Amino acid sequence: MTQTLLYRDIDEPGLNTLATYERRGGYQALRKALSMPPEAVLEELLASGVRGRGGAGFAMGRKVSFLPKGTMDKYLCCNADESEPGTFMDRELMQKNPHQLIEGMIIASYAGGINRAFIYIRGEYALQADILDAAVEEARAAGYLGEKILGSELDLSLVVHRGAGAYICGEETALLDSLEGKRGNPRLKPPFPANQGLYQGPTLINNVETLSCVPAILDMGGAEYAKIGAENSTGTKIVSVSGNVQRPGNYEIELGMKSRDIIYELAGGPPPGREVKFWFPGGSSSPVLKPEDLELPYDFDSIAKAGSMLGSGAIIVIDDSQSVVDVALWTAEFYKHESCGKCSPCREGTNWTVKMLERIKAGQATPMDLDIAASVCTNIIGNCLCVLGDAMAMPVGSMVDKFRPEFEDYIEQARLRSEQASSVPHEPLQVLQGAH
Amino acid sequence: MSTPPRIPDRRPHLHVGERMHGRAQEEVPQELYDLVPRFGNGSRVPGWDDAADLTKDPQQIPDPATTPVPEGLRADIEALMARYPDRRSAALPALATAQKVHGWTSPEAIRQVACVMRLTPGYLISVASFYDMFDTKTKRKHRIFVCTNISCSLNGGRELAARVKAQVGEDEEIEVRGFECLGACDIAPMASIDGVYVGPIDLDEVPEMIDQVRAGQPPLPAKQLRARLSTDPHANSQDFPAFDVLSVDGTPHAANPDAAQPVRDPASGTVGEMPGDMPGPSAPFEQAPDPPEGPEPKR
Repeated sequence: MTQTLLYRDIDEPGLNTLATYERRGGYQALRKALSMPPEAVLEELLASGVRGRGGAGFAMGRKVSFLPKGTMDKYLCCNADESEPGTFMDRELMQKNPHQLIEGMIIASYAGGINRAFIYIRGEYALQADILDAAVEEARAAGYLGEKILGSELDLSLVVHRGAGAYICGEETALLDSLEGKRGNPRLKPPFPANQGLYQGPTLINNVETLSCVPAILDMGGAEYAKIGAENSTGTKIVSVSGNVQRPGNYEIELGMKSRDIIYELAGGPPPGREVKFWFPGGSSSPVLKPEDLELPYDFDSIAKAGSMLGSGAIIVIDDSQSVVDVALWTAEFYKHESCGKCSPCREGTNWTVKMLERIKAGQATPMDLDIAASVCTNIIGNCLCVLGDAMAMPVGSMVDKFRPEFEDYIEQARLRSEQASSVPHEPLQVLQGAH
Repeated sequence: MSTPPRIPDRRPHLHVGERMHGRAQEEVPQELYDLVPRFGNGSRVPGWDDAADLTKDPQQIPDPATTPVPEGLRADIEALMARYPDRRSAALPALATAQKVHGWTSPEAIRQVACVMRLTPGYLISVASFYDMFDTKTKRKHRIFVCTNISCSLNGGRELAARVKAQVGEDEEIEVRGFECLGACDIAPMASIDGVYVGPIDLDEVPEMIDQVRAGQPPLPAKQLRARLSTDPHANSQDFPAFDVLSVDGTPHAANPDAAQPVRDPASGTVGEMPGDMPGPSAPFEQAPDPPEGPEPKR
């Protein structure tokens, strides 16, 4: 039996309003937190072992504990710039239960001594931003935001900041730049945002889902929360399953559930008569896994051990009717479009990878292009300010690596097709065919 | 003697006299042709792509006395600036507000925002050109973004985009664009129609959908994301009714993203309450509007 913490009765009408949320016990976790000293709240977060749900999987409690002590302005940025292909759990959380996020942000601010909070939401989520705006207004009117919240010493302001359509702004330092009103270019790290972030002040940045977990953690206690899920991957996680499955959608699972059960039992598996060909375990940035990896438990460490990552928890399933070359091209096109252009390896590497894949599709490639593509990928990884370039190189590199025969076959077939179509016949590729 | 085996050329052969740069001479597409200002006879207006004159001073912060700004827009931007510890943070929302007033991020809109925010137009242009959602060219009345990212493409998103484009045809009021992931892979293949998420769209439903867009009606109400219930079998303890997209019940409801926002008349501009926060300290002006007259003070 899966525990449902974040998604409990998510479709209840009016859950986005304060009255319904309070009737269901909302903001009780905040009252409990405010009756404790901030250090004790931080202890609960540390004890829960909850790891960041945005992609990197860094322990949230530790991130809060990195904030320096003192009375300077400290900031909390909720990263709601959910743009990773395949990811849509934050959208549903914000749309249907915005107060859960706001309550989590207030508690996290109390634990970290934060006095200014922002929600950076992607511009395309107009409906969700409107709902958040209304919810923030309600919370302020009820005294959950503002000065001396519920009679405590906590002052907190909360602003919903709408982005304007840039995937890169989901990267934490680019998000900070964008929030400061600049172009969303990533910054060099260190200094890390916990020391010098927004307006050069200490900043905590967490994902929507992570912050939405906080009320539940306070409610049940950190130690109790840590009992859910797998070792080192505590709690529940919302997975977004999409692609070639019969019931795409968000599912709240206990971490450590078998991947096959998520894809086949919850999401219904591929359409009848089709098999899983490969799957992205954590959004389009994660290296792809093959059907034999479906037996893996879905938690941070098991997926990492298999050479991929849990990332944002977005599973994209590709069935055997699809061509791996198409998927590689769609993936690379996305990152080419979204590269901010600051670092050359990413800007040029994504561009050339797309060109190479287009060449493969047009029948103008040779198997040598696959080696070049692989070398482009290895030259991007680790050489940029942020991980956008890596996020293209890892999945595309893994597809070329794991499906090399199919790529080679595709190149040959496409070449034959283009030769038949063109009036000038080319000579066969004798030299290069022998090379591989 | 046979010719040695060789790799086929990736590029088509160029004949003598053809243009080089690795590209065979092609017809210039009309939209590229139109980008360049031209005389009636088709020749380019000289100087349109001249490099910036580095000897000239950059454009200054617009003078409030000579830059008329609609009162409503000014009040909005000032309210936005007050929400942040640093007023420059309001650049994105201020540009979005100005875009709503002007219909697009026109040079005039940028000058007005620059005037109120006390920033140079160049700074705001650099920001506006970075983000996809600022239209630095005029836009059409309706916009359909069809998602062509992985999950949607796996479910026929590219065919949908082609079908929508074909259905819209030469309509001057509707813009159709393939778009990167819109964050709604559960309703793949999907489209965002004037900001409203709709999906999964069957190819047969495209004509109906386009007719609704043309008539200004909510597109495919039953398939809007807002009406979708959670798929998780463990989430709900009972059956809840789906949100009725066509009802207006006072909850934030965006049939049209612009309708949800306080839209202001550029001329009169009534000031609504901004969804703001407790005002922060007034931010210091980082740049003086004009350098002070007289000799530079000694440091």
